[in-house]
Formats: sequence, structure tokens, C-alpha cells
Amino acid sequence: MSTATAASPVKAVTRSRLFWPAVVLAVLLVANLAFTPDFLAVRLQGGHLYGSLIDILHFGAPLILVSLGMTLVIATGGIDLSVGSTVAISGALACLHISESTDPGGLATVLTAVGIALGTALVLGAVNGLLVAKAGVQPIIATLILMVAGRGVAQLITDGQIITVTSDPYKLIGGGYWLTMPFAILLSALVVVATVLLTRSTALGLLLESVGGNPVASRLVGIRAMRLVALVYVFSALCAALAGLMVSSNVSAADGNNAGLWIELDAILAVVLGGTSLNGGRFSIGGTVLGALIIQTLSTTVYTIGIPPETTLVFKAFVVITVCLIQSPVFRAKLAARGARTRRTARPHAAAPTNREVGA
Amino acid sequence: MSKRAAAALVAGAMVAVLTACGSGGGGGSAGKGSGHKLVVGFSQVGAESGWRTANTKSIQESAKKAGIELKFSDAQQKQENQIKAIRSFIQQKVDVIAFSPVVESGWDTVLKEAKDAHIPVILTDRAVDSRDESLYVSFLGSDFVEEGKKAGDWLVKEYQGKPGDVNVVQLEGTTGSAPANDRKSGFADAVKGEPKFKVVASQTGDFTRAKGKEVMQAFLKSQPKIDVLYAHNDDMALGAIQAIEEAGKKPGADIRIVSVDGVKDAFTAMSQGKINYDVECNPLLGDQLMDLVKKVKAGESVPRRIKTEEGAFTPEQATAALPNRQY
Repeated sequence: MSTATAASPVKAVTRSRLFWPAVVLAVLLVANLAFTPDFLAVRLQGGHLYGSLIDILHFGAPLILVSLGMTLVIATGGIDLSVGSTVAISGALACLHISESTDPGGLATVLTAVGIALGTALVLGAVNGLLVAKAGVQPIIATLILMVAGRGVAQLITDGQIITVTSDPYKLIGGGYWLTMPFAILLSALVVVATVLLTRSTALGLLLESVGGNPVASRLVGIRAMRLVALVYVFSALCAALAGLMVSSNVSAADGNNAGLWIELDAILAVVLGGTSLNGGRFSIGGTVLGALIIQTLSTTVYTIGIPPETTLVFKAFVVITVCLIQSPVFRAKLAARGARTRRTARPHAAAPTNREVGA
Repeated sequence: MSKRAAAALVAGAMVAVLTACGSGGGGGSAGKGSGHKLVVGFSQVGAESGWRTANTKSIQESAKKAGIELKFSDAQQKQENQIKAIRSFIQQKVDVIAFSPVVESGWDTVLKEAKDAHIPVILTDRAVDSRDESLYVSFLGSDFVEEGKKAGDWLVKEYQGKPGDVNVVQLEGTTGSAPANDRKSGFADAVKGEPKFKVVASQTGDFTRAKGKEVMQAFLKSQPKIDVLYAHNDDMALGAIQAIEEAGKKPGADIRIVSVDGVKDAFTAMSQGKINYDVECNPLLGDQLMDLVKKVKAGESVPRRIKTEEGAFTPEQATAALPNRQY
């Protein structure tokens, strides 16, 4: 911290919360370039864009949506573990409706299916929200209920089978293209932009942050925390349902067992990588999007540079730990202090860092 | 926790009492007719694919037909769930435990518990790599090495006399599972003799359609030339077909596809020329399993290894077999 001058523009950039996630994403992409020279190339193929970058955005779209909902939930100091199950339920319901309908390719059928999925998510989210806000159940417990039960519900809906559907309008949601771009990317971009506008150009974002930062103080200044908290769980469920539609539409099949499995953990990771604190309070939607893209890029990297399946998880864990450490100001300060100390080896400063640690 | 344990104990005790009553009524006439019904505890891997669902249905129907009570448990692809299920079967004192191990290793402790409780264990569909062979009485299922070999043999024959390298990409099953390990090694053995076959990329697709598609998309971008796709099951192949089509290539022509399982959806794809060869892995082993259970319980000696009957399909055969395919 002592190295840069106070007013330099470089420092303004590096102090931005988006700086470190962006650096990590860039490093990952460049590392890929070393193994696959045309990794960043995007070309037109059969009337739509084609390339690894498009793939990352395409497969990352459901994760971005789920993480978006998760960001707002975490901003209020909560957590939503049930999103993975909601993903599975929404895909299962939509595919079941389409497969049982007499006109699976019809627009009306698909719209009804989407309506059923989103409507159900609304109810599921409201249940989570009421449990947390009204009944005062701890968020991790309240949403754990649906996380466990919801997977079973999804299996019940699909009867443990994979439901395959053939429906062009449904395929558009997760696997189709619009204006040469995968529709899923456009859809999630739309939701992200709408959310940013809603939270940042109105007082909503500020209210969420104050509820998450200090619930008691927020109540005392007259913020209706209960309604806000219930609302973010509904929003999170809706985002998850939309992601569920994308996932099932992408392969034209609903898989109650595997759809959205562990996506809640990826989403929490994306939020954390994006610099939002799990303690609630300030949140960064841009950071979350970057975080989700880092996770998806990591998966793609594993496939393209050919890391053996047995070591994939270790590789991912290593990258994630590195990212978290780089993002931690305490770690960076210690690293800098250590560097400074080795430069002037004669004067040991043992007491000072320990004091700071206690303070933090 | 302790409440649940108590409940389980009570349940176990009740089953024990019932069993005792039953065998008392039979009076040593080998439990024929009324009274004691054979009870089999079966722990299934999960319901990850159409194949698995057909397997489950076959076992459930055969049990009903054979008059055997089936306690069925779905492990949802998790080993810890299977171990829990097997422990609960031991507590309930079932007559025979059968299960499809989700991964190959880590079974010794729980199988030892079953052995100590004098409950015979039959493995179905997938093997374990335990050194202690006394832990289970028999293994009923497909020979995955043979399946991989069949896929490799077909490839060797297809490219016989054709010069030039053949670049193969492989979609592996769940890391550490017997079918993934064996189908990989069987295939590798079959093509080993000819250095022109090169496996240029190999990643796990977890036996699912979504992962198969995702991994194949990455392969298509990172590998400049792919001639053949070898998928460890049909679901991954079906996902990969979508990826290949989106890349503007023709599955079955630009990239030749060989897969394992023989499920209905794959046969449909074969009839459209999108899969070139499908090695069958027969899930309908319910009848064989119930026969085996009866023999084991009657004290007859059974073979250590029983293979299910299976073949392989070319597109023509698949098209012909499609209307009658059950799963």
C-alpha cells in the first residue's frame, strides 16, 4: 500500500472491487491461448457465432442467473441452498408438460410450460422467504429443506427417468440462437441488466445493503426488512427456474437427478469470487458475473488443455484457493510486508503484524 | 440421531421377530409355500440414465414375479448412500443383499459387516476391486472390458487398410467407476496394435447428456482434427451429437461415433445415421438375479462370475430392432 502515490489513476483501478476478478479471468483466458492458439477466435458458423468464448458464455449463462439471485440473497445476510433443486424442478415440470402435450412444438404449449415452471418457482421462493423472514428460521436451514426435498420432488416428477422432448420453441431458450447469439446469453444478459437498473437506479439496492449490513438499524430507520428479505428469496428462485429451463432446453431433456446438481455451491463461489461478502451488506453484481465466468472458464480450460479427469478437482481447488488469496487484502498486505522485510533483513518486526491480526 | 438409531433398532428387532416366527412356522421345510418370504435388499446406483431405469424396472418386476420381497434403495450416485443402505439391510436382516457399486473401491468394511452377519452379497452390473474374494458370493453383470474391446475391434476393422492417422476423442464415464475404467482399458487394448489410432483427448462426461455435450464442444474447439468419437455410454454420445451438429459437422459421417449401451434413443439416432456402432450392455438382468438369489439361499454353489448375454449393433440392425426396444 505504501508503494503507489495517493491520487494515481492506476491505484483507482486496482482498488476497484472488480479488478482482481477481472485479472484472474484474463489470466485464465491467456493461459488457454498458450495451449489452444485460436482459443479467443470467434467466427460465424451456420448462421451463428461459434468459438470457445461463446461456449463459456453459453454454458455460463445458467450459472450467471443462479449467482445473480444468490448475490441479492447474500446481500441481505442470507444464503439460498435450494437453487439447485429449483433448477431440477423447473426443468422437469416444463419438459413433463411439453412431453405430455398433444402439440409439443406449439408456442402456446411452450409458454404454458415456462409459466408452470416460473409459477412453481414463485411458490417455492415464497416458502423460503416466509420461513426466513416471517418464521425467523436461519436461512441455511430454511433453504436446506428445499435443497434436500426438492431433488426428490424433481425425481418424482420425472419418475426417475430422463424426459426427452422435441420442441423447437423450447429448444430456443437454452440451445437456440437469436441474432447470431445463443439465446441463453441474451436472456441472462437481459436479466442482469434489469437487475442492475432496478437495484442501482432506485433505492432498492441501498435498502438491501442496509438490511444485510445492520438489520436492527435498518428496522429502526423504518425499512420494512421482512418484505425485502422474502422478496429476494422469490427472486432467487425465479432466477434458478429460468436457469433450469435453459439447462433442460439445451439438451432437450429433463434429468431430475443431475440437472443443477451442486450449482448452489458454484453460485456461492461465484458470488464470493466476485467480492461480495458472505456477511451481507455491500454487493457487486458485476463481480458476480465475473465470478461465474471464472468458474465456467475453469471447466472449459480443464477440457481444452486435457487435464486428466482424476486430477480435475484438485486443479480447480488450487485455482480457487489462489484466486481467494489474491483477493484477500490481508494476504496481499502480508505478502507485501514480507517482501519489504526480506529487503531490510537487519530489522525484524515481529510485534506489529500480530497486533494487526488481532485487530482484524 | 439417537432417536433414529433407536427406531432402526426397533425395526430391526421386529423384522428379526417376524423372521423367527416365519421360520418357526415353516418347521425346517426350507420355507416353502406360506410363511417365510425371501427378502432381498437391493441398492441401486441411481437413475442417471435410461439404461439404469430399465435395469431397475427389470429387477423390480422379476422380484414380483418370483415372489421375492424386494427392499429397494436408490443411492443417487453416492457411495455413502449405498453404504448406509447396505448397513440398514444388515440391520433389517434381509436374506440376500444385492447391489451395483457406484465406484469400485472402498467397500471392504461394509461388506465385512454383511459377512459377519452371515448375509450373502451379490454384485450386479458393476464389480468391486476388493482383494478379499470371500466378501461376495457372485458377480452378475456385463463384461465391461469386453464391451470396450468390441468397440475397439470395430474401429480397427473399419479403418483396416486405410492409411493415415485416426484421431479419437473419448468421453469417459464417472471417474473411478468400473464401466469407465474397463471400457477405457478394453478399448485401449483393442487398438494398441495399430499406432495409427491416437486418443487425442479424453475427459469424463459423467455418463450424462449435458456433460457429454459440454465436453464435446470443448473438444471440437481444442482439437484441430477429430475422426472418431468413442463414448462410454449412449447418453454422452447423444449429448455429443448435438455439439457436433452445432459445430456444423455431420455426426456419423464427418466424425464417426461408437458408443456403448444400446438404449432406444441411441437406436433412433442410429437409424438416422448419427451413430455408427453401438455395443450392447444388457440391463435386463432381473430374472437372472432372482434365480441366483434363490440358489444362494438354498445353499447351492454358484459361479463367481456370471455374464449377461449381449451383442452389438450396426445401424441396420438397430433400425430393425428399434420398434421392439423396451428401454
